[in-house]
Amino acid sequence: MKKLVSVTLVLCMMLSLAACGSSSNVEGTAKKGVLVMATNAEFPPYEYHEGDDIVGIDAEIAAAIAQRLGCELKIEDIAFDSIIPAVVSGKADIGLAGMTVTEDRKKSVDFSDSYASSSQVVIVKEDSGITGLGDLGADSVVGVQTGTTGDIYCSDDDSIGTVERYNKGMEAVQALTQGKLDAVVIDSEPAKVFVSENPGLVILDESYTDEQYAAAIRKDNAALLNNVNQALAELKADGTLDAIVAKYISAE
Amino acid sequence: MIMWDQFVSDLYLNFVKDDRWHYLTRGLRTTLIVTLFAALLGVILGFLVAIIRNAHENTGKLRFLNGLCNLYLTVIRGTPAVVQLMIIYFVIFGSVRIDKTITAIIAFGINSGAYQAEIFRSGISSIPRGQFEAGRSLGFSYRQTMVHIIMPQALRVVVPTLCNEYITLLKETSVAGYIALEDLTKGGDIIRSRTYSAFMPLIAVALIYLILVLVLTRLVSLLERRLARGFR
Repeated sequence: MKKLVSVTLVLCMMLSLAACGSSSNVEGTAKKGVLVMATNAEFPPYEYHEGDDIVGIDAEIAAAIAQRLGCELKIEDIAFDSIIPAVVSGKADIGLAGMTVTEDRKKSVDFSDSYASSSQVVIVKEDSGITGLGDLGADSVVGVQTGTTGDIYCSDDDSIGTVERYNKGMEAVQALTQGKLDAVVIDSEPAKVFVSENPGLVILDESYTDEQYAAAIRKDNAALLNNVNQALAELKADGTLDAIVAKYISAE
Repeated sequence: MIMWDQFVSDLYLNFVKDDRWHYLTRGLRTTLIVTLFAALLGVILGFLVAIIRNAHENTGKLRFLNGLCNLYLTVIRGTPAVVQLMIIYFVIFGSVRIDKTITAIIAFGINSGAYQAEIFRSGISSIPRGQFEAGRSLGFSYRQTMVHIIMPQALRVVVPTLCNEYITLLKETSVAGYIALEDLTKGGDIIRSRTYSAFMPLIAVALIYLILVLVLTRLVSLLERRLARGFR
């Protein structure tokens, strides 16, 4: 009987703490009552700086999840390739950064259910004469953002000439407008923003790859993973998710 | 034992799998090329600037060139190298497709030149004024005095300081990733973005820099000893 009581007590404690991911962090890195989200706020419309705030689809979805979990959201803006290490080390509870689910990433972290789908698209200059993926030959120079799926797929793609890895997607696009690159491979939503803001650029009709976005959560944090998935399911069901996406992405 | 297995599998994941160590070796090559040629460009620039500034100080001639040199020193030493690098890549070579290694060599060469100029000048100033006056009173021209009397002594003084500048330059090139040039640091960053582990790639990169610097430091101390011979 005593054993049963203690097991129940332990379970209760775990569940009450688990909500904000602070429980399973034995090291106690995550603060109680605060959901720390790691992102790279250079990725419109998923996350970007507007005034002093970080806004975007991911920021709002995270805020909605945090609200459902009953905790406060804190957004940390770090380099994209540091997001998974931040989640693994417990510096952040979740990573939400327009991050595509890949087999390699799954080895380091768990992913929530997908909340958005995307594709990697190719941006070229209007007058470049490149109309399809086939036109990117062995002498082509393609710009990507370091560590993004566009980078990983392009690096493995033997039909592409040189892959240049920029720290920011914006810099790759800038190099493209300056004629330093033949094309930029990047996620479709930021691509739309970049193309609308830089005259003379177009997105090829044919997308490079299709993929799913999800939140990254530390492997041993099953409680948080379940909570996030449940919150996402509720947000999907009541239409909040669609409303957030529609707010940032105008249907074409 | 478990830790050891983890260590070995981390090593495998970060360096062996998909031939990832190539990122480091290729990056190391780029870092060395950029450092070497930037140092050479810097020597030429720095030497010229030091000569002009010194000639102006001693003879009052070359006022315009001296002003230009002062502007160069102020601007280059007053702004961060990484900003200069990006200005050269995205502004000065704004609409041309230029080899990034060459861009980096130009940027770091110009940057290092400013520091080397001051090193050369301090070397020249360290030679007692009496030496200069003695040369002139023996009938040497300004140029002859500099070439035959001042410079040989000044160079001996500046060599160790110059080599320290090259060590600084080597480490300074680690920001080359900002223009998507794959130097040693960027090579480590690419591995990090593939494996999501911070420890192995960063420590490996740090170790490689450390070894390079240790080798350079050792060479400098040998050189210093060699130069000190005959002056005791």
